[in-house]
Amino acid sequence: MTKSPTAPASILPLYLDNVWFRGRGNIPLIKDFNLSLSAGTRTMVIGPNGAGKSILLRLCHGLLSPSEGQILWSGSKGRPKAQAMVFQRPVMLRRSARANIDYALSLHAVDKSKRGDIIEDVLTKTGLTRQADAPAHVLSFGEQQRLAIARAWALNPQIVFLDEPTASLDPSATYQIEELIQRLSDQGTKIVMTTHDLGQAKRLGDEVLFLHRGRLLEQAPVQQFFEQPENDLAQAFVKGELLWWKRGEGSRRDPKHVR
Amino acid sequence: MSEITTAFGTAISLIFSINSELAQIVGLSLYVSICAVLIATILGVPLGASVALLRFPGRGPVQVILNALMGLPPVVVGLIVYLILSRSGPLGVFGLLYTPTAMIIAQVILVTPIIAALSRQVIEDLWAEYAEQLTSLGASPLRAMPTLIMDGRFRLFTAVLAGFGRATAEVGAVMMVGGNIDHVTRVMTTTIALEVSKGDLALALALGIVLLSISITIGALAQLIKDRRQMKGRA
Ligand SMILES: Nc1ncnc2c1ncn2[C@@H]1O[C@H](COP(=O)(O)OP(=O)(O)OP(=O)(O)O)[C@@H](O)[C@H]1O
Ligand SMILES: [Mg+2]
Repeated sequence: MTKSPTAPASILPLYLDNVWFRGRGNIPLIKDFNLSLSAGTRTMVIGPNGAGKSILLRLCHGLLSPSEGQILWSGSKGRPKAQAMVFQRPVMLRRSARANIDYALSLHAVDKSKRGDIIEDVLTKTGLTRQADAPAHVLSFGEQQRLAIARAWALNPQIVFLDEPTASLDPSATYQIEELIQRLSDQGTKIVMTTHDLGQAKRLGDEVLFLHRGRLLEQAPVQQFFEQPENDLAQAFVKGELLWWKRGEGSRRDPKHVR
Repeated sequence: MSEITTAFGTAISLIFSINSELAQIVGLSLYVSICAVLIATILGVPLGASVALLRFPGRGPVQVILNALMGLPPVVVGLIVYLILSRSGPLGVFGLLYTPTAMIIAQVILVTPIIAALSRQVIEDLWAEYAEQLTSLGASPLRAMPTLIMDGRFRLFTAVLAGFGRATAEVGAVMMVGGNIDHVTRVMTTTIALEVSKGDLALALALGIVLLSISITIGALAQLIKDRRQMKGRA
């Protein structure tokens, strides 16, 4: 039984089994999620502010634990290492861009002799070679976000969670990030990201998860979702109706009965 | 009035002629305080970081003890160290009472809680910023501790400076355990107290000026570090 180092056992699909998450005061923030996230596809998590998108990503990534139910990785018990997360606000250690990536690699127990090449590789991919030795916190916001992606990429993850990676970026920086996500995905990494930019979800996504008030109302292929969403609320959301949520209440269809 | 003016003149000349008695006292003061602060840093920073990061059994009591120690009057510390080191005390056999070592011990007890408490704040603030990212990368709080100490080094250095300020300014404890013996355990603060009580103002004033310069230097250094951090967006 020898495992080739280039093809480690897959940790995907990731299964969520009756997952609930309750916040302070026992208020349910994620309600009864049942879904599987499989390799290869790019999953876009969308929904209004406060729907629970960020919490869902944190649960999947293992930063939060479900209050009820289970999050199960294939072929791996507990929280596997072959995953990474990119946060909405990049958090960088007070050291150079290069050293930030090196630090992540050291935490993943990557051999010191191998780190140099990996770092150069991801810096080149993300266009940061010129900034490699600058302190990470003096980089622009867009550069820091690319560095965050470089750091995630360096870990060679099977799945990457990105929480609104292009929020507060200008169009060209957004384009650069989208391109990076595309390439990361082409290389075989599963992408799960949240976004408020429906155009971006169409451009990058294969499937859509639509969340509303802690419920998963729809999981559908991206084209189907945008052309004919099954769910009323999703329909209104896609059309961009500003009072779309009022409609949901007016028709007395509590979202939890919509599924 | 003229008495003070004369004393002041003598004080200045003592400083600039590098009077040997003065130099010896200043030297011993710095030696005692620097040793104490080094030891207190080695103990206090990891202690503060542990309280900030780890949920170990006994964390509550450690916190209470640290806070209590921080507010301890120096004379009480002096008394305790005196009792421990005195001939009939538990460590009496080492004959440390009335030595610079005794003074270092007293200052370590006084300064460690200060450095620990300030370090704890620094590390807690930094952890609030880093926790998700470092956990995401797979670092446990224990594993993250050296990283946080490294990244908080400038702010921690300010904590160490505060400790040094307290150490050099301290009178009561070092007086009790050092005994203020001429040429052996006489430091700036204790000498000032003694000389003033004797009515000999010149040496007291000279030492007062040196002591003041040291605390101004420390303050300026701390400010400099803060400014540089802010300039680099590290605030
Ligand atoms: N740790 C927590 N404890 C309690 N409530 C929380 C916690 N974290 C988030 N919440 C609440 O849970 C809800 C969902 O938060 P979440 O951040 O997942 O929303 P989101 O879908 O990511 O929204 P946005 O689009 O604004 O980022 C919000 O109402 C938020 O206030
Ligand atoms: Mg969010």
